[in-house]
Amino acid sequence: MSDEMSKPFPKSAMTEDERYELKRETRIQVISFAFMIGLTIMSFLSVSTETIVTGFAIPFILLLGAVQFFLQLFYFMHLKDKDHGWPNTFFTTGLVLMTPMLIALILLLGVTKW
Amino acid sequence: MATATMTAKKEKSVLWDWLTTVDHKKLAILYLVAGTLFFVKAGVMALFIRIQLMIPENDFMTGQVFNELITMHGTIMLFLAVTPLIFGFMNFAIPLQIGARDVAFPFINALGFWIFFFGGLLLSVSWFFGGAPDAGWTAYVPLSTREFAGSGMDFYALGLQVSGFGTLISAINFIVTIINMRAPGMTMMRMPLFCWTGLVTSILIVFAFTPLAAGLALLMLDRIFSGQFFLPDMGGNAILWAHIFWIFGHPEVYILVLPAFGIISEVVPAFSHKRLFGYTAMVFATIVIAFLSFMVWVHHMFTIGIGPITNSVFALATMTIAVPTGIKIFNWLFTMWGGKLVFNTAMLCAASFVPTFVLGGITGVMLSMAPVDYLYHDTYFVVAHFHYIIVGGIVFGLLAGLYYWYPKMFGHKLNETLGKIMFWSLYIGFHLTFFIQHILGLIGMQRRVYTYLGGQGFDMMNLVSSIGSFVMGAAIVVLVINIVYSAYTSERITVRDPWDARTLEWSTPTPIPEYNFAQTPQVRSLDPWFYEKVHGDGTMKPAEPMGDIHMPNGSILPFMIGLGLFIWGFGMIMLNMDNPIIPPAIVIGVGFVITFGMMVLHSKEDHGYHIPVDEVKKIEKGVG
Ligand code: HEM
Ligand SMILES: [Cu+2]
Repeated sequence: MSDEMSKPFPKSAMTEDERYELKRETRIQVISFAFMIGLTIMSFLSVSTETIVTGFAIPFILLLGAVQFFLQLFYFMHLKDKDHGWPNTFFTTGLVLMTPMLIALILLLGVTKW
Repeated sequence: MATATMTAKKEKSVLWDWLTTVDHKKLAILYLVAGTLFFVKAGVMALFIRIQLMIPENDFMTGQVFNELITMHGTIMLFLAVTPLIFGFMNFAIPLQIGARDVAFPFINALGFWIFFFGGLLLSVSWFFGGAPDAGWTAYVPLSTREFAGSGMDFYALGLQVSGFGTLISAINFIVTIINMRAPGMTMMRMPLFCWTGLVTSILIVFAFTPLAAGLALLMLDRIFSGQFFLPDMGGNAILWAHIFWIFGHPEVYILVLPAFGIISEVVPAFSHKRLFGYTAMVFATIVIAFLSFMVWVHHMFTIGIGPITNSVFALATMTIAVPTGIKIFNWLFTMWGGKLVFNTAMLCAASFVPTFVLGGITGVMLSMAPVDYLYHDTYFVVAHFHYIIVGGIVFGLLAGLYYWYPKMFGHKLNETLGKIMFWSLYIGFHLTFFIQHILGLIGMQRRVYTYLGGQGFDMMNLVSSIGSFVMGAAIVVLVINIVYSAYTSERITVRDPWDARTLEWSTPTPIPEYNFAQTPQVRSLDPWFYEKVHGDGTMKPAEPMGDIHMPNGSILPFMIGLGLFIWGFGMIMLNMDNPIIPPAIVIGVGFVITFGMMVLHSKEDHGYHIPVDEVKKIEKGVG
């Protein structure tokens, strides 16, 4: 067993290039995180202030939600990275299974309430 | 740091060894033992139920006790007996079949076992604290709300939550193992079918146990913290529970049956001495079944009043499952067709699985016709349907697996004469018990009733059914006798491959050294062991030179985390007990501290230890 095992990964096993890549990745993560916080604040503002009419606020928030969703998946959950075939498969499977399920539930429960 | 961990393992006492083990082969045996204990417990409950129903207007037990027994029977059988038995075989066979030294996360593997075990214990102690849960294994609201059900339901919600968590993390572990730990050359499409069904089952668990966990959390909030999710008077929705439960529940039945399919797909080729017919079709049928199993949950709710359009859609979706299932049935038949068949006990169980499962599938398709289901629903016809699948399918599959892998696990075969006695009595007893329940259901006997009036034509059939269940009980006793008897009388197996089988696990020496493979094998085809026997020199080609082998250290932390969750859950239940001896908050606190304290302890670095190459050579010579 090498003595390297107790060292963090970037110190022990990564090449110069990989470390650079990691730094870039961290920067992207931080930027997208800040951007998403911004999106969230915007959606909060659009309902809490009187100036924005409801007819605009609802589609606007839905739009922000959609953007947020893709940012989350592609940037936070690494869907954009290559060699992520298996995780991507699982994400897609989850979406494919859950979407019809949610739609069915909304349709079925929304109509009649017991 | 690193040097300190390189010292060889110290000798441990037997008990300590089992409590701290992270070896997948030992955890497999723990799973099998725990599963068997729960199986026997729930089986005895079933016998009590059948005694109560043997004659009309029986007063062997009260209706309350009857309700508790049927609830516990169903819950234990599904969550605490069949699931761990399946996990036992998966733990044992999957790393061996893909040519790995262990699962991807041995610690998590142990953690999964102990959390499952303590969750089961939590459910089981309900008998001593105001009675077991009594709202059926489906726990339909409003029957399971605080208004109608006693503290037993708290044990149900918390116990299943904890044990489900263990099941979930074990499943994730299996997924990672199968994806990442395959030996060189073991492509996905060369994996034995048991690995494939194990993978798909684990995926189903990830997608199905999460809604269950959410549902149980809502139920817990309703019951313990005065939530109103399921209380219609307060604006809640009672139907929501049924939806959540069956979104989990239908995939769950396939979680249970797919590994049984896998075992059958290993045993049938091995004892037909032919390769599995239509391997690719089998893999895709498994995947299609898994997908469809999420799209059919409303067939359990046809009579709830959702409406004809929804019912038709889900009826059609349900019927389509019969197609991939049919593909599998035919593939097993074609595997046997023209093979050199050997009918030992394992093969008898596997072969009889096929027709019995077909019967269960046919009644399933009958049930899926929504209009007729108004007739069948909540009668003994449904009981007959799922027992044909679960006993005739899953239990026989598990028994086939037991007789098949037993020599690899324990170093000797089970006695064949006793095995055949067990098989035939179980087979006859099973059909006696459950076939007649189809007819009972059709002439109108409802399920979950604790007694019935005489003279309605039910008397004779119920008696027959009860007699059948005693025969089944006797068969299980024969199995237990067989295990003890064989341990003393069977000759030790020293060869690698006592069945002349096909997959990688039979290329390991018996007994298996703790590192499984001294050198990771190079896989050159589907059924790699068979390929080397026919085209090679009868040994696996190594994919790496002989070297030191890196092994994980055992740990008591998984046991302690399980214990912590047990105490924590028990404290939550105490919140609603009338006069708890200790304040619940203290119990919750203790459980919380143990659970998270152990996690903190675990974050200490532990790189495991090495078995030096000389040692490996010595072991390999010793086991021949
Ligand atoms: C072709 C395949 C299958 C079809 C079409 C099918 C169909 C159905 C339907 C329609 C019901 C609801 C009956 C009612 O309550 O009125 C049902 C119940 C049930 N099925 Fe199946 N099924 C199939 C396979 C399976 C399998 C493989 C299992 C187990 C491994 C299973 C286990 C159950 C259980 C446990 C219930 C009863 C749940 C309860 O109400 O407690 N089924 N099935
Ligand atoms: Cu179902």
